[in-house]
Amino acid sequence: MSAHVSFLAHERFRWFKRSGWLCLLVIVAYSAYAPIGGRNGGTWVGYGLGGLGALIILWLSWLGVKKRGFAAGATTIRGWTSAHVYLGLSLIVIATLHSGFEFGWNVHTLAYALMMAVILSGAFGVFAYVRYPRMMSENMSGQSVAGLRREMSELDARLARLSQRLPDSFADQVKIALEARMGGGFFQLLSGSSRRCPAARARDAARVLADGLTDAEQQASATEMLAAFSRKAEIAARLRRDLSFKAMMDVWLWIHVPMTLALIATLTAHVFIVFFYW
Amino acid sequence: MTDIYEIAIVGSGPAGASAAARAAKLGLSHVLLERTDHLSDTIYKYQRGKYVMATPDNLPLQSDLKFEADTRENILGWWDDGCAEAKVNIKFNAEVTAIEGEKGDFTLKTAKGETVRAKNVVLAIGLQGNLRKLDPRKIPGADNGVTEYQLDDPKDYFDKDVVVIGAGDAAIENAVALAQAQNRVTIVNRSREFARAKSGNVSLILSAIKDELLECAYNAEPVRVEDRAIVLKTPEGERVVPADRVIARLGAMAPKAFVEQCGGVFEAGADVPRVNEVYESDRPGVYIIGALAGYPLIKHCMNQGYEVVHTIVGDPVESIIRKELAKKFQVIPGFTDVQSMLEKIKAAAPLFQGLTLLQLSEFLLDAEFHFKKPGEAFMKKDEAGASLFVIHEGSVEIPVTEEKVFRLPQGAFFGEMGLIMGRRRTATVIADRTGKGAVCIEIPRTAALKLIASSPVAKQVMDETAILRQLQTFLSPELTRDDLSELIAAAQTKKFSRGEALIKEGDEGDALYVIRSGSCTVSKRIGNSDVVLAYVPAGKFVGEMALLFHQVRSATVRATVPVEAVELDGALFRSLLAQKPKLRAIVDRVAREREEDNQKISDDELSRKIEFLSSVGLGEATNAIVIDESLCVRCDYCEKACAETHDGVARLDRDAGPTYANIHVPISCRHCEQPHCMADCPPNALQRNPNGAVYVNETCIGCGNCARNCPYDAIKLSALPPPKTGLFSWLLFGGSYGPGEAAKPKKSKENKELARKCDLCSGVDGGPACVRACPTGAVIRMGPEELFARIREGA
Repeated sequence: MSAHVSFLAHERFRWFKRSGWLCLLVIVAYSAYAPIGGRNGGTWVGYGLGGLGALIILWLSWLGVKKRGFAAGATTIRGWTSAHVYLGLSLIVIATLHSGFEFGWNVHTLAYALMMAVILSGAFGVFAYVRYPRMMSENMSGQSVAGLRREMSELDARLARLSQRLPDSFADQVKIALEARMGGGFFQLLSGSSRRCPAARARDAARVLADGLTDAEQQASATEMLAAFSRKAEIAARLRRDLSFKAMMDVWLWIHVPMTLALIATLTAHVFIVFFYW
Repeated sequence: MTDIYEIAIVGSGPAGASAAARAAKLGLSHVLLERTDHLSDTIYKYQRGKYVMATPDNLPLQSDLKFEADTRENILGWWDDGCAEAKVNIKFNAEVTAIEGEKGDFTLKTAKGETVRAKNVVLAIGLQGNLRKLDPRKIPGADNGVTEYQLDDPKDYFDKDVVVIGAGDAAIENAVALAQAQNRVTIVNRSREFARAKSGNVSLILSAIKDELLECAYNAEPVRVEDRAIVLKTPEGERVVPADRVIARLGAMAPKAFVEQCGGVFEAGADVPRVNEVYESDRPGVYIIGALAGYPLIKHCMNQGYEVVHTIVGDPVESIIRKELAKKFQVIPGFTDVQSMLEKIKAAAPLFQGLTLLQLSEFLLDAEFHFKKPGEAFMKKDEAGASLFVIHEGSVEIPVTEEKVFRLPQGAFFGEMGLIMGRRRTATVIADRTGKGAVCIEIPRTAALKLIASSPVAKQVMDETAILRQLQTFLSPELTRDDLSELIAAAQTKKFSRGEALIKEGDEGDALYVIRSGSCTVSKRIGNSDVVLAYVPAGKFVGEMALLFHQVRSATVRATVPVEAVELDGALFRSLLAQKPKLRAIVDRVAREREEDNQKISDDELSRKIEFLSSVGLGEATNAIVIDESLCVRCDYCEKACAETHDGVARLDRDAGPTYANIHVPISCRHCEQPHCMADCPPNALQRNPNGAVYVNETCIGCGNCARNCPYDAIKLSALPPPKTGLFSWLLFGGSYGPGEAAKPKKSKENKELARKCDLCSGVDGGPACVRACPTGAVIRMGPEELFARIREGA
């Protein structure tokens, strides 16, 4: 719906354009300046690029504070996100040229590696933000999580009622279906798989049990129960997928944020060492 | 009897008894004539144990008889005692049938053939002797014995289905008392609010409805009465309500013939006879006070009884209302005395023609007077506001463009679009730049609605002018009232319920509709489904194509919310167009543009989006949140930002609310054109600010009416959570509550559960926090017209 503008397209791709120009400018400066001893971080252009990169890194990490501040003002967080993404990507160019392609087993290259890890995790974040929202909507097909959870507890109550009209073996299956959990461990959560869903297992077992019934009324109740099991399994699967999509949109932050903190620490060390011990 | 009394008082209600008591205290020779065998028959007939209110609260009482809010029995007791103590000369069972003679020597004849002579007559017979009834010709079955017009004792009924018709004080009190006596009660209210009743009764009925003690059918009217049921027309369609008994409390009318015989004169359209500022009727020496003079409130009646006796003995006291008005009139240049100012106000404005001076003065107590120097603005374009302005002195200008300026003369009114349609001010109105400044009377929304509800003249003036202005806006501002008079005279206002069709595709119809309030969708049958082509907001026309091109209706127009529309006659409209080629050109152009628009969006997906959005309330919205789910990362920062900017209570529920495709409309306020929440707020705490935001002010009492009335669940009652630590201490040291989180509010005497709702972040720089806080651009907040335009552009 075009009434909305994505953070990627904010103000007609303002930050994409600005970052593009910035990269171009940096490349030109790097190419034009050929000092004796080769291009590296210790030249004037090198210091310039390093300083610029450090400032951008600090400003980018400020987003974490900014978005939680909810301060009044004309700027939107969408604009900040947009700048965050494009300026963050431009760091690849800026920092690489700052290094002058000199890498080694030292704290300086560690800072570079950490920065690249942050950027790559961020890039995955952008990918996740573009991909999963739509999948979440399709998965929920117009319903809310709270609504589905309500329906699920209604189903549990209906299953309990139905089990009273059926042999005890059905009640056992109802008990099993009650164990249906959403989420779970890290990988379980991320996969969103419903492969061993208790509700689905209960449905399959109850189907077999239903075949053995002879009483017409009981058969009717069993049919109703099977429908409830199926619905429950369906809802559980949807909720699990929903959680996994949500997790995919969150999980990269577990790399992105700690790596950012590590990066800032290493960057401080890098700057300190360069100026005092080099 | 050969003596001639100084004063004969007819009727012993609050007005008559108060007058008699004053006369007795002053030692005047007097007689109080009462039709029945007890004092104050109207109050006597109140249901047993009824608690009688003493409104208006701020009006002091000036009478020799005691009166304050209490039970019917106590009040009647006070008056019996008071009259006995003052030695009032009462004649019971004396129904006056005629008044003959003139000032100084009147002869009053009673039904029993007695005569009484008096120099002056005070007519205080009230209205209750002449109750308004359902008309069996219009409502079949109204005379089948199920319907009554009075309720003596609610305990006469038990475990019965009772339907009470009316929204006034009597209807409310009867309905609540019947419900308390274990009956199943439905109260039928013709409008959507209880505007005519006293504020105490309004809260009474609203809390009864809220507690499900009884049911209320709003916007409902009786269609017919059956054997044990009544059929109502409601916005949802016809509805049959079981009824062992129907009690219709439709108010009362003045006994016109008798009053005219006594010398009272009814002005055209007026319900009560004309009296001057000292309550004297057109017949000198005959004074009319109380409900018959248009004053139904007991306190007014008693004050008037006191005043009128002083007037008769030549020792006038100034009325308390007039003292208040004098303060208000101070802003008017050249103000000298209240009486001549009131006359001037009435003479200047057609809107006030149906009111007596006394009604007018009561009404003006709610109004504000503004004086503006030439060029100063009374209202500004695009401000929200629902008050009505009447030009009392001078004239005003409405600058449309640099060159084009409209003038409204003295007596005209403006601001009615805001009142009727709930739209923002459509123009800036300034005091005439060439004049000496202008005085306008600003009438607040509730008072203006009361005026329209109680004065047929005001309603007519208002309706006609509104239609005229809508025609001028739509067609051409150059059209005059004369050009359109025939069309306007034949125009009819019609109401449509949610989902009802104004126009059906394929019909032969030949009428044009101006939508006055609410909004519609235009749809067309394509294949097997109805495809929505357009959204039509209030203030626009529909139905012009069939009319212009003599075809059958090419599309269906359906109300998305309850709609009020003015139906214009097709033939008259065409003859107008034939006379005015310029006009024809304008209408042709509008029709062409619309047709082109319609062709543009036969896109199914787009049509369904518009239909979906209209169906979830965007049709009546002025500003709503719409989330694009394909951008929403479900971070809930919108909700958190809302809570952080509003005392820790979010007024938005992101996850809840309807969704279609990628469009999600979360639970949050739509700032409706005609806010449902405003309809029944006892302290009038729901207000609209100049930005259009509907907000709750500090007078909220937490009754919850607004929350129940909101069809979108956008208002919740909540206490405030305790304050928490700042962002940095949370970031650095951790804390129980991060951004957007808060402890559970504990309600207490100081921290009450009050209505909390979106206020569009009024006063917050940058606008709604939910929109600003969204990291991906998924949240937008705007009105339906802008939204639909943007959606269409993107298609």
